[in-house]
Amino acid sequence: MHRFANPARFLRLSALLLPWCAGATVILTILGLWFSLFSSPPDYQQGETVRIMYIHVPAAWMSLFVYTNMAIAAACGLVWKHPLADLFAKAAAPIGAGFTFVCLVTGSLWGAPMWGTWWVWDARLTSVLILFFLYLGYMALVNAFDDPQRGTKAGNVLLLVGIVNVPIIKFSVDWWNTLHQPASVVRMGGPSIDPSMLTPLLVMAGAFTAYFLSVVLLRVRTEIAQRKIQTLRLAVAGGPAGDRTGDGAVNGTVTDGMRG
Amino acid sequence: MNEFLHMGGYAAYVWPAYGIATLVLLGLLVATWKGLRNAEATLKALESARPARRRTRNTGRKAAEQSAGTPAEASEG
Repeated sequence: MHRFANPARFLRLSALLLPWCAGATVILTILGLWFSLFSSPPDYQQGETVRIMYIHVPAAWMSLFVYTNMAIAAACGLVWKHPLADLFAKAAAPIGAGFTFVCLVTGSLWGAPMWGTWWVWDARLTSVLILFFLYLGYMALVNAFDDPQRGTKAGNVLLLVGIVNVPIIKFSVDWWNTLHQPASVVRMGGPSIDPSMLTPLLVMAGAFTAYFLSVVLLRVRTEIAQRKIQTLRLAVAGGPAGDRTGDGAVNGTVTDGMRG
Repeated sequence: MNEFLHMGGYAAYVWPAYGIATLVLLGLLVATWKGLRNAEATLKALESARPARRRTRNTGRKAAEQSAGTPAEASEG
């Protein structure tokens, strides 16, 4: 994995991957919208509101998927001082927060007509709201330090502590009484959902994943550029002495890798 | 077509759900794109203002002091 720690190699690889991810996003989104709005039947109980599911459920999956990936990156960043891992977590956070927000709002819009309420403080809804705040807390914490190295370190610890929330969200519908229905796709004994509804769900999940990959690649590129900017500014401001400060040395490895 | 937009009477819930998802995802994409453009432009300006950075680092303090004067002002913008 350390082969990918080199930012220069990452920039080349991301330039190769980006067109494919972007293309997949466009194609899967068009296909997914076609399946979810036109070629899937209304639910026999919920009528047309079931179409909200094709946004709501993939967004919920993404909110957990992105967070788990950020926590893995945080572990890599803390243990191996992997510079790209820190950048990945930082780059992915706003996207994860966006998906969680979409999940919460669409869930509310689905709950209003079907449950008769926009919101209940039950286990599933509350734990997802906590996930949203974990994302926001991480973003605030990372940017709260003058020294970005200290910020990402504190943020990584928060991400690792917050991972306990992920299984709680997943199993909240089994552990507690809740208005939210239990899992019907990822469950023991296979999906209990009809293929005509499973197809749009999976295609939309694919579209969201491709979207995440495209945007996170762009954001990691931005983070790398920003680290280089910071290193250059430190060097300009302090001369060679600027490079001797703690983060200057770490940033130095990032920029040197890019020139190599 | 009208029937499709009507969504079986649930248009007020279905369309906002799709609308908000579109808004959030497109908004993030545009913000990301602009951020990348900005960062790349700033980096380019800084690098062209200080092209001999690597050499100055290797040859030590004296060379760096000579080249530090003008780029510091250039980087403010």
